[in-house]
Amino acid sequence: MIDFTMIWAAIIAFGVIMYVLMDGFDLGVGILYPLAPDEESRDIMMNTVAPFWDGNETWLVLGGAGLLGAFPLVYSVLLPALYLGVFLLLAGLIFRGVAFEFRFKASRERKHFWSVAFAGGSAVAALAQGIVVGSYIQGYQTENMVYTGGAFDWLTPFTLLTGVGLLIGYALLGSTWIIMKTEGPVQEWAYRIAPKLLAGVLGIFLIISFWTPLVDEFVRQRWMDTLSLIWLLPAGALGCAYLVMRAIRRRDEGIPFVATMGLFVFTYLGLLASKWPYVVPPDYTLYDAASAPESQAFLLVGVLFVIPVVLAYTAWTYWVFRGKVRAGEGYH
Amino acid sequence: MEFDPVLISRLQFAFVVSFHAIFPVFTIGLASYIALLEGLHFKTGNPLWAQLSRFWTKVFAVAFGMGVVSGIVMSFQFGTNWSNFAQASANFLGPILSYEVVTAFFLEAAFLGVLLFGRDKVPRGTHLFAACMVALGTFVSAFWILVANSWMHTPAGAEFRDGILHVTSWTEAIFNPSFPYRFTHMAVASFLTGSFVVAGVSAWYLLKGHRVEANKKALSMCLWMILFLAPAQAVIGDFHGLNTLEYQPTKLAAMEGNWETQSNVPLLLFALPSKEAQGNLFEVGIPSLASIILTHHADGVVPGINEASPAEQPPVSIVFWSFRAMVGIGFLMIAIGLWGLVLRMRRQLYEPGLFHRTLPFMIAAPFIAVVAGWVTTESGRAPWLVYGMLSFAEGVTPSLSGWMAVVSLIGYMAVYAVVYAAGGYYLWQVVKGGMDGSEPGSDEAGAHPKRPLSGGGPIGDAAPAAPLKGDWT
Repeated sequence: MIDFTMIWAAIIAFGVIMYVLMDGFDLGVGILYPLAPDEESRDIMMNTVAPFWDGNETWLVLGGAGLLGAFPLVYSVLLPALYLGVFLLLAGLIFRGVAFEFRFKASRERKHFWSVAFAGGSAVAALAQGIVVGSYIQGYQTENMVYTGGAFDWLTPFTLLTGVGLLIGYALLGSTWIIMKTEGPVQEWAYRIAPKLLAGVLGIFLIISFWTPLVDEFVRQRWMDTLSLIWLLPAGALGCAYLVMRAIRRRDEGIPFVATMGLFVFTYLGLLASKWPYVVPPDYTLYDAASAPESQAFLLVGVLFVIPVVLAYTAWTYWVFRGKVRAGEGYH
Repeated sequence: MEFDPVLISRLQFAFVVSFHAIFPVFTIGLASYIALLEGLHFKTGNPLWAQLSRFWTKVFAVAFGMGVVSGIVMSFQFGTNWSNFAQASANFLGPILSYEVVTAFFLEAAFLGVLLFGRDKVPRGTHLFAACMVALGTFVSAFWILVANSWMHTPAGAEFRDGILHVTSWTEAIFNPSFPYRFTHMAVASFLTGSFVVAGVSAWYLLKGHRVEANKKALSMCLWMILFLAPAQAVIGDFHGLNTLEYQPTKLAAMEGNWETQSNVPLLLFALPSKEAQGNLFEVGIPSLASIILTHHADGVVPGINEASPAEQPPVSIVFWSFRAMVGIGFLMIAIGLWGLVLRMRRQLYEPGLFHRTLPFMIAAPFIAVVAGWVTTESGRAPWLVYGMLSFAEGVTPSLSGWMAVVSLIGYMAVYAVVYAAGGYYLWQVVKGGMDGSEPGSDEAGAHPKRPLSGGGPIGDAAPAAPLKGDWT
């Protein structure tokens, strides 16, 4: 008997981290937008992510669709629990997506409106995603597989901190992406701003690490039980942070971005390991949340077929648009 | 002020689905039209076909992009507002809706870029193949969505065990009783929508004397389409109605405004149905015609609305009037097709006149008909989410309060207002820019990241730029 639930857990976990890494840097570019030195830099920043952003968002929708098919309980508890947060996330994503298109096509006075929409939408979407992570650590109040909490349970000091943490984390990812994809004044500016963002990320990372066991009994138990193994993950994250710092000092161009992705991956794995096997904490595991095996199998056929295609398409897009983006070039 | 979360959630779903549905219904038809144009160009080499295809591909790109954006919102609606329904029916609807997403993305990833930006860059056969695959892909997407929707109307191949639905037969569930009718009805609707939009724009260009040769061809093609498909749609709709009579008699009774089960039922042209009175306050009808249409006998018996208890009756007025709006527009479409035929026989089809001035106004007609049709079938299912199995009240998110639903409804309306105003304005710019605009991805348009909305190409004061390194060469 094949354990479809495990296969699906792997697929969804993979889809989520793909989304975080890829949409993370283009949301980050949007978040950094208001801080950019001048309009020309903003155009260049836009152009570095223009070919990629909607392909990046593919992973969000695939993940959402996969959840409904394979782990409907996650879908039917988390979405009601995060009701207003989900609305903010969607509104943010829609605005920035549309702003992308219209900013380049708008007249001068309207261009400003779309710039604000792009930056604001990116920031709201990133904050909302960070709040989702925080609410996941907190857990959800449920009875008989139904969410029974309040409308604002997702909005606590702790989730706001995780929200800001992810916001700054995405900004860091965005800044190292800019370092990799640009040259001249924009790159100089990104080199200056990245260490500050890294310091912010590490600060929040530490606060959350101390705060999490206080918020959640289960995590505290888990951390104390399997001390030796689970602590490798934050150690790996800190190692990546050191690599980012060193690479920035040495003026490397690609390594800061890669190391930042590593930082994200280790943090993500740490989160998964802390909560495993609970997908709707504190009550329901992977197996409680799973749909019927025949449904999981039915959907698996299509997804196994489409994921390689999406991966190939993604890789090919990044290959075609490789190299530096210069002023006045490319997209309008 | 107390709001009912069920009612507001239904309004919200109606709002987002209406704003979503009008894009796919247009792009499905348009994708097939573009594939046809590409095929004609490939076969004959006539540059007029390429010119038409180039222009309509731009429009397609924008409409497709807006469909995707609104579709993302749709995919979250089930979880946010109907979580019990999502949880209960996930074993079937989960995979089905996921397949729709998977199909749409597969199509976007593999072929849309080639269609939008590959002209003049890939071999002509490859471009034609991409156009055909995009057209096919839109149909496959529609297939899955209509499977899900039809199943909610005529559930089959599944059973509830402990409040959770389990699929007993995938084929029975997928090809449920109303699916073939609904799918055909929708496919023809999308061809009609595409035809009316293209005909309207072509007529407008002809009035302006813009690219006359190409637009004559387009106008002629669309009017042949309308001439045959508009009556065909009426026939398909009739079959669909008979299927509804069999599986959802209460909905059909509401469409007819027929409260009592009786023979010699009139076809009502106008009525004021009243749930309080359990009857019509006023009616004007053609004697026995409804019986004749539905049973082929003047004295045939048609079931009445009051077979269902008042609590299980749909909102009769809405079903009754939205159905008439759809049918009325359907007859208008048949009339347009005949008008075109008369002009064609008199060899006056291309002479600027009232007909050409009427067609641009008809662009709105198929969209209104589609939304009216959806309102008819969806509100006719009330109070059921899954017909006879799961009601709205059972399916709604338990933790959802009325004010939350209202806040998000207002929020979505505000977001959509901005986004769709901008999108509509942009589409208008594309049309106003005429058919001489540069091709997205061609040299004068500069190198483009290949994304749906950008397929519309530059407008206004966007300056051309040098190609990016490594762009589609």
